[in-house]
Amino acid sequence: MREIHDIHGGIHPPERKSLSRPGELRDTPLPAHLILPLRQHLGVPAKAIVNVGDTVLGGQVLAQAQGAMSVPVHAPTSGTISAIEPRPIAHASGLADTCIILETDGADQFIACEGIPEWQTVAPSLLVERIREAGIAGMGGAGFPTAVKLNPGDSKPIDTLIINGTECEPYITADDTLMQCQAEALVEGAVILAHVVGAKHIVIGIEDNKPEAISRVTSAVQDASAEIEVASFPTKYPSGGEKQFIEILTGQQVPSGGIPADIGLVCVNPGTAVAAKQAIIDGKPLTHRIVTLTGEALGKPGNVIACIGTPISHLMGDAALSAEERQRIIHGGPMMGFAVSDLDAPITKITNCLLAPTARELPPPPPAKPCIRCGHCAEVCPASLLPQQLYWYARAKDHEQLSEHRLLDCIECGACAYVCPSQIPLVQYYRAAKGQMRDSEQEKRRSDNSRERFEARQTRLEAEALAKEAKRAARKAAAQEKAAQNGEDPIQAAIERAQARKIEQGES
Amino acid sequence: MLSALTEQPLLIALLALLSLGGIFGALLGFAAVRFRVEGNPISEQINALLPQTQCGQCGYPGCRPYSEAITAGDAINKCPPGGEETIQALADLLDVEPQPLDAEHGTEKAPVVAWIREDECIGCTKCIQACPVDAILGAAKVMHTVIADECTGCDLCLDPCPVDCIDLIPRKEGIAFWHWSLPTEETPPVDIIASDSRSRDAA
Amino acid sequence: MRDVLLATLPGIIILTWFFGPGTLINILLGALVALITEYAVTRLRGQNPRLAVSDLSIVVTSTLLCIALPPYAPWWLIVLGVVIAVLLGKHVFGGLGYNPFNPAMVGYVVLLISFPVQMSSWATPRGLAEVPGLLDTLRHLFLPDTIDGVTAATPLDLLRQNTGLLFKDLLASRPELTGWGGVGWFEVNLAFLAGGAWLLYRRIFTWHAPLAMLAVLGLCALIGYDGGSSESGGSPLFHLFSGATMFAAFFIITDPVSSAVSNKGRLIFGALIGALIYLIRTLGNYPDAVAFAVLILNFCAPFIDHYTQPVVYGTRSKDS
Repeated sequence: MREIHDIHGGIHPPERKSLSRPGELRDTPLPAHLILPLRQHLGVPAKAIVNVGDTVLGGQVLAQAQGAMSVPVHAPTSGTISAIEPRPIAHASGLADTCIILETDGADQFIACEGIPEWQTVAPSLLVERIREAGIAGMGGAGFPTAVKLNPGDSKPIDTLIINGTECEPYITADDTLMQCQAEALVEGAVILAHVVGAKHIVIGIEDNKPEAISRVTSAVQDASAEIEVASFPTKYPSGGEKQFIEILTGQQVPSGGIPADIGLVCVNPGTAVAAKQAIIDGKPLTHRIVTLTGEALGKPGNVIACIGTPISHLMGDAALSAEERQRIIHGGPMMGFAVSDLDAPITKITNCLLAPTARELPPPPPAKPCIRCGHCAEVCPASLLPQQLYWYARAKDHEQLSEHRLLDCIECGACAYVCPSQIPLVQYYRAAKGQMRDSEQEKRRSDNSRERFEARQTRLEAEALAKEAKRAARKAAAQEKAAQNGEDPIQAAIERAQARKIEQGES
Repeated sequence: MLSALTEQPLLIALLALLSLGGIFGALLGFAAVRFRVEGNPISEQINALLPQTQCGQCGYPGCRPYSEAITAGDAINKCPPGGEETIQALADLLDVEPQPLDAEHGTEKAPVVAWIREDECIGCTKCIQACPVDAILGAAKVMHTVIADECTGCDLCLDPCPVDCIDLIPRKEGIAFWHWSLPTEETPPVDIIASDSRSRDAA
Repeated sequence: MRDVLLATLPGIIILTWFFGPGTLINILLGALVALITEYAVTRLRGQNPRLAVSDLSIVVTSTLLCIALPPYAPWWLIVLGVVIAVLLGKHVFGGLGYNPFNPAMVGYVVLLISFPVQMSSWATPRGLAEVPGLLDTLRHLFLPDTIDGVTAATPLDLLRQNTGLLFKDLLASRPELTGWGGVGWFEVNLAFLAGGAWLLYRRIFTWHAPLAMLAVLGLCALIGYDGGSSESGGSPLFHLFSGATMFAAFFIITDPVSSAVSNKGRLIFGALIGALIYLIRTLGNYPDAVAFAVLILNFCAPFIDHYTQPVVYGTRSKDS
């Protein structure tokens, strides 16, 4: 039995999970068109390899990965490419990004898929390639290219693979539903991933507010081909943050600025593990995912399997949204999500929840009052930071102090803002400050680079000028020497020659 | 004698202060000679804070001459590409009051890079010679192109071009460059946990 | 804020019972002055005056100050004290959340140093003298020429002024010292302790600062107590239940804006305040030392904060 540790801080917001009936998975009708952004992951956007007017089948590659930190995009179903252009996407900025628009034909035809049934005999690097080709990115919300995560390099040997079944954020039940309905696939996926990274231990961690998921997964691991431990731990937000999850299960902390592989761990979302199983055993790329549709403004909340690229408006219609005035639809959960600016934006590989609250359910907060230095924020911070100090320095734009107080270790979980009695939107300050710091650093690097180039150019110009001077002096010296030898002045001779030529040209 | 001295408190006080002054003066003089630093490191530090566009908008032929001018006492608010952030950093370094950007020298604009319209380029190399950071690739009668990563947007290449085929395009547009902006009093009450992006303009 | 005001009620009631309605009238007057001043200042500063006044934080400041002031202080002392607390203690630094010093203590100390006579207008407690009625009190407060017949020394005063008497002899000659903290003062401190315990239960603040202060004060008094000789500094129980001790422990040092931020910091903050209170009471010039001790430690709070920062996740040095 594994020893469970506790993290510093944490809060217990109302869970509101039963609203979306975890464990009941339903399908959703195919939308008329799918919008597939070229960037649904962390890193470089994929590059479209189809053209407008092409007919494609489900599972076909529509965009290729560009380099290591990139992930391909596949067609979730059959249809025709009607456009490749910027469209609004679900992003906090409300900006648009290049997307491939696929008009579905309803036939839902798929390409022929070929899995690798004897995957245990295949070299892990080939399996990683398959996972990359299947377009798998971290489905917990970060979208980190899974193939890169599974390849930390020889200097970081992996000892344990952990599956993050925490899902600590209120309202979201997508992973809970997946663990209840696809437990066998999850277990198979875990075994495959452990083989890929060379891990000797596999642990599936689930919060104790999901008893059905725990029992389903526990019975599924009995039939697994490898030994898998199922560990449950007390419910607290944000236990599901990767760093906090690792601390709970192992007592170790991921070094600041490092990755879990630095301490021999790889941590993966259950959805990603199932996608890996589908990629290796069924040969299917990532084309669908489970999304929680919840909130009191919905008539039919629940968990659906939807095509990647389904417009949010389509899902809201399927869930019988009865919108109020100024209705917000939140992409993600109430703690770390953001309101979607355009409902025609699509869901992507990282969309785990769409929350449609009524104004009474999640009322807009009152205006922020001044900070009274009560210290509650520091008590709940899971990273043991000083949110109060970070707030003051973020306001002052004091980047030096922000680094010293380790702003970059903030996981933006929102626990500090949740407990603040003055209702200060702390996380917005930290996000803004991080953006400014990154910007500043980039500008500094650019200007340092420019200064070097400028100085190099100056040096080159000076050297050229000196060389020219030296050559001229050398020529002059040579000419004078010649004059001294021959007894005539070469310059005078040249002038006479030129004058003679001029007279010649004047005559002819 | 000591007893005579102790009856003159004023004299004692004067002697004490004079000797203290003497001792500390000697120490300072020694330090000034022993720990002397050649050159003026402040100029280097100022130059490190300037954006290195070498554009000349400050009135000096480049960033280093401006940094030397600031050391000599010139105002710190003459650099438009550096903008408010640079003025603030200079004010912090030199311990002076930050001032708003001097409008005579230009206004702070979004960062730009030069872009050559290749259809119109005649390969004259005038822009290559003008670029202070050698960010234009090309040779005589060969296509010229701007290396965007090295271009500082100083716009010194625009004037020499005889066919006027160089544009300045924004450098930081699009989702990859967006980041949140600090909440202000004017920002409507932002949800702590879920933010309403409609109420904020993309920064 | 409302909780804090409610928690002061038991203490105010007991004070009124034992020493007359002076404190109550002062509190009402002080609240009025505070609201007017706060409204005017926030308006002048261009802030939203209704918002600033609505959370009642300024009423808490004025109430705490008026509880600390003697019941028969003349009305102009109250007005002056509250205005100084609001302006000099709070707004000069930036308003709510920006003051490095406890505003009530700033007001108290300014008054104490400027008007020492008026600041010693304490009353004789019930049981040893007739407690003045309402009309009498109003007359004393608003027509201050009639003070002299009423004021008396507090138990802490008496201990200070003691020259050479053994404690039990002092007790015989000055019956105000009867009981653990002196007549009336013991009950007042008990009432504030009850209010403070309720605030702890409501999680308005954490236990670290009050417990540290009381523990260290008790400990210092224990070490310094030699059984009641003429040099004695007062027994631990005396120190804990007399004067403004409990009031300070639960209402003054728990002000979040001017105290340390982390729990470890609060322990140190409270402990040093306790130690300073004992030292100033026994060795200093003023009978009750709370205000000075608090202001000195407010000054030190940023320093304490700097050295009690938590270890950030991921920065622990590797053990194995």
